[in-house]
Parts: sequence; structure tokens; C-alpha cells
Amino acid sequence: MTALPTHKDEAWRYADLEAVETLGAGALDQWQELSLADGETLRRCLLVGGDAPELHRIRLTVDKGARAELFVVVTGNDYCRVEVETDLAEGAHFELGGVTIGGGDAVREIVTRTTHDAPEATSNQVVRAVHWGEATGNFLGAINVGRLGQRTDAAQDFKALVLEKGASANAKPELEIFADDVKCAHGAAIGQMDEMARYYMASRGLAPDVAKRLLIRAFIADALAALLDEEEAERLLEAALGVLAERA
Amino acid sequence: MLKIENLHAEIDGKEILKGLSLEVNAGEVHAIMGPNGAGKSTLAYVLGGRPGYEVTQGSATFMGQDLFDMEPHERAAAGFFLGFQYPVEIPGVSNVQFLREALNSQRKARGEEPLTGGEFLKLAKEKAGLLKLDMEMLKRPVNVGFSGGEKKRNEMVQMGILDPSFAVLDETDSGLDIDALKVVGEGINAIMRAPEKGVLLITHYQRLLDYVQPDKVHILAAGRIVKTGGPELARQLEDEGYDEVMAA
Repeated sequence: MTALPTHKDEAWRYADLEAVETLGAGALDQWQELSLADGETLRRCLLVGGDAPELHRIRLTVDKGARAELFVVVTGNDYCRVEVETDLAEGAHFELGGVTIGGGDAVREIVTRTTHDAPEATSNQVVRAVHWGEATGNFLGAINVGRLGQRTDAAQDFKALVLEKGASANAKPELEIFADDVKCAHGAAIGQMDEMARYYMASRGLAPDVAKRLLIRAFIADALAALLDEEEAERLLEAALGVLAERA
Repeated sequence: MLKIENLHAEIDGKEILKGLSLEVNAGEVHAIMGPNGAGKSTLAYVLGGRPGYEVTQGSATFMGQDLFDMEPHERAAAGFFLGFQYPVEIPGVSNVQFLREALNSQRKARGEEPLTGGEFLKLAKEKAGLLKLDMEMLKRPVNVGFSGGEKKRNEMVQMGILDPSFAVLDETDSGLDIDALKVVGEGINAIMRAPEKGVLLITHYQRLLDYVQPDKVHILAAGRIVKTGGPELARQLEDEGYDEVMAA
């Protein structure tokens, strides 16, 4: 059985360990294993939004030329962690769109470890966090490019909106590259609402809550831009924005 | 229509407007000219209710209502429009979506029925045509990737769609080439030249006033109106400069 993690474990650095303890060490062993055969495409949409701590551990094995897409919206009222380990074969692709949104004092986090140890695999991860109250949103993304991972193209993009003092966000990109012909892009930004944009919108007649909703919708929509099923994208967006409405 | 009396306003504790008084009646166009740092843009933002611009003394009455008693979005719904010197970019929110929400928010505040998507597009197309702005640009995110001139024309398209009763236009002519200036000037006349409407044009140049003939021209210096005259005052300024005209 896996031992309980501590904050010294890099992947658990910002986790709510008390909540993990209530789940018990047994929960750490529960991995959902998904394997994609050569050329297969798999799309999963996951809404994580309960009142109790939740831990979702997903292991993806993506064979030659296959494509795994995962879209996650984390809105829970207690500690929520979605963890994804992906192993990409030659020419395989991994797409992640993630959103953490919410207030209270909960920690909501998305943690990924993506292994490119075969040539020409690609991955793209876009995560957006919107938090208020004393909430925390984390994105920890490890990318391991092995010696065989030539012509890897991996991208990671994280942005967080902290709506008020007291809330926080942590970004931890971790790139380990052993091949020499590789593209790995990563970006992280944590900021506040664009007050000038809000004022501009108000000056055209939009009430503050409407303007805020439009801006936040645009902000998190980036994470779902690669989800081509528009209905599903709309459902996830609305679920995320629903949390915002509850706040008001 | 707009009556400003003894207006004092400050930013970060620094007084910029120092007892400004001005009255624009329905059917009139007034121009405000003045040297850099005189307080022209501050006046525009104070009237538009931008956060951080604090009124310390004096009043502004707009169509019988206390302007400073209204939130920025309420001023818009009451028929007040501010054309920005530097229009704001809003990534991820399309012009069409933004303006439709804005117009319908205003209509709702006035107890009117919202426009349907089709009705709105027809209106937007008409106003974009008036300002010679490609309708395709209205489908793009607000001002993102627009040139300086396109942003200014977009401001006027917005004014056309929202159809305010009073507009304060802050250096709408700056950044426009000669042809665009003519289009914008004619646009202002088409949208705002009416017996029940009023305009306050803030400008550095006489040229816009060739297209939009002002009824009165004011010189703003050091936070107050120091001289008022007819259209000839603008021409005199162009010829002689501020120092000479103000000394006279």
C-alpha cells in the first residue's frame, strides 16, 4: 500500500494533506487505467464537484498515433485533486483542458506527469484557475522527455485569476529533457481581473456581475477550446460558471 | 442637458479639476481643447465614472439626474456614452456578443424588450457600414489586433449601436488618417446631430471640427475652463497657439 504523502513530495507540495488522510492511503492506490490502442481516439470529460474530498488518479497509456483528450472542471467544495499520468508512444497525442474554480478554503489541483519517451509524440495542456475567498488553485505539470523522445512537441499553459485577497494559485512546471531535438513550451501567469476591461464594459451598460461573468467565461474558455464537441464544452463551461453564480 | 458646476476632482490625492463649470444644451456640440495635462481626459473619465477618479466638490446634472449618483453602467443606460481615447482590448469576448449584451442590458434597465440575435445583427451591420468598418471585425474579440484607427472607428460603431443621447468623445480623432477622420466626423454627425442630443468633443486638432461643427469651443487649462467662444476660437488656436490665445 502506498504511504501517505508529505509536502516534501514535489507532486504533493501544495496539497491538503489532512483531507488526503481522511481519504486514507487506500485511495492512493486507486488508479483508473486507460489504454488506447494504435490510432485510437479517446475523449473524456470529467466534472469534479462534490462536498467531500475527492481524489481522481488516471493513468493513460497512449499507443502509436493514438489521441487521448481529457477535459476536467474542478469545482468541489473540499479538497479535489485530479492527477493524470500519461505515457505517449510514437506519434501519440495527449490533450488536457483543465479548470479549477471556486471559493471557500478548499485546495483544488490538477497534477500531470507526461512521459514522452518515443519519437514525435505531442502534448498540449491548457489549465485555467479562478479563485476567491481563501481558496487555492494549483497546477503541477511534469513533462519527462526521455532519450528516445526526439521531435517531441509538448506545450503547457497555465493562467490563474485571483479574484480577491486571500485566495491563491500555484504553478509548478517541471521539465526534464534528455533528447536534443525537442520543443517544450510552458507558460504560467497569475493575476487579477482586468479592472480597465470591467470599467470599459460598464461604460457600455453592462452591470458589474454580467461583465465579470463574460470576462471569466472568456478566460476559462481557453481551457476548453480544444474540445470540439460544442455541447459538451458548453456544459462544462456552464458548470464552472455556476459556481461563480453561487458566490454572488 | 449636461450641466457641470464647480467641479473639483482628484486622482491619488492630486487635484486635477479645479472648479470646472460647463453647460451643454440639447442639440449642441461643444468642443474642449487645451494643452497637455490640462485635465481633458480626467474630465472625460470623471463624467464616465471611472474608479479612482474622485469628485471632491461640485456637481454634474445629466438630463435632470445627478450623474455622480449613478454607477457607470447606470449612466450608460441613462443615455450617456464615453468614447475612449484608448479603447480597451477584451480577449475572448467578441464585439457582437459584447455589444448585444451591452445593448440588451441597457434596454432592460429602461424597461424595453431585448433585441433578438437577428435584429441586433441587422443594426450592427448598418452602423458598421456607416463607419466603413468591416462586419468581419465585429465578429472578432473586442479591439484585439485592431489598429489605432480601427479601434476609434469601433468606438463610433458602438456609439451608433447604443444610440446614446449624450456623448463625451475623448480624442476620438487622434490616431486617424485623413480619410478615416472624415468617415468618423460624418459618423458623429449622423449618429449624434439631433435636436434631442448633445456632444462634448475633446480634441487637440481643428481638423475634426471642420467635419463636426461645434456650437461652442472651450479652452481647458489647469483644471478650469479659461475661455469660451465660437468655432472661430478653434481656428485662432490653430494659428496662434494656446499661450497667445489665453494671454489675450
